[in-house]
Amino acid sequence: MDLRFALEVAVSALMIAGGIFAVIGAMGMVRFRDFYMRLHGPTKSTTLGVGCVLLASMSFFWLKNGHPSLQDMLITLFLFITTPVSAHLLTMSGLHHKLPSAPETKGQPYELDDEDDIARN
Amino acid sequence: MIPSTRLVPTPYLTLLLIMVWLMLQNSISLGNILMGIVLGIALPRLTASFWDKQPDIKRPFLLVKYILTLLLDIIIANYEVSRLVLSFRHKPKPAFVVYPLSITDNFAITVLTSTISLTPGTISAHLRPHEGTVLIHALDVDDTEALITEIHERYEKPLKEIFGC
Repeated sequence: MDLRFALEVAVSALMIAGGIFAVIGAMGMVRFRDFYMRLHGPTKSTTLGVGCVLLASMSFFWLKNGHPSLQDMLITLFLFITTPVSAHLLTMSGLHHKLPSAPETKGQPYELDDEDDIARN
Repeated sequence: MIPSTRLVPTPYLTLLLIMVWLMLQNSISLGNILMGIVLGIALPRLTASFWDKQPDIKRPFLLVKYILTLLLDIIIANYEVSRLVLSFRHKPKPAFVVYPLSITDNFAITVLTSTISLTPGTISAHLRPHEGTVLIHALDVDDTEALITEIHERYEKPLKEIFGC
């Protein structure tokens, strides 16, 4: 088995791993029961899913062109900057609309209280 | 570490812009470096009114260590969440946790809340600046006190040392 074949296998494995993580992240959306828990799937599993695919693309073009393409690393950088921000905005709007959390959730933040609203108005 | 001058009021942003430009062009030629420097100086000045005062990086090596820990933790976070999604018998125990902040700098707080969102089973839900706390939603947690201590020891303390605030 030559080196080229081994690298191709590695690239394929990374692609498959990326796909599996993305599917698990999507499954999280279906399986969890409230808005706040559903957010955990897309913010975490998808990061690694996209990361694996980018790593695969980077090593593929390294293999093909002889030098690594750095644009892929930029996608990772932008992803790490933007994922927390969008997750934070989504949770904040969820709190603003007072979306109910699952009954087994510990702790009730005042952002979700109705009485608090009455007291403020 | 790098002092801010009148020409370059935000030196780290300038450095980042030059690096991003070179990575976008995928080459390190003289023309691209010059173009990167021009962009790195012009863009921060054009957007200066939107920028908060940026803290200085006091301990650069600790920052590198912080980023490496974070990358490792992101991989662990992915594994943990995937395991929770796939284990149908285990019921997750979600919780809202109020985390008291001890850092005051806006930029450091942004880095900390982003870190919380990227790491195992926690999402920063709401910042309460007037109280100096962050509301965190945890996916599966037994001991909320332990979670608070862990975030403090693992992320907030290094950040405090890195930015010296």
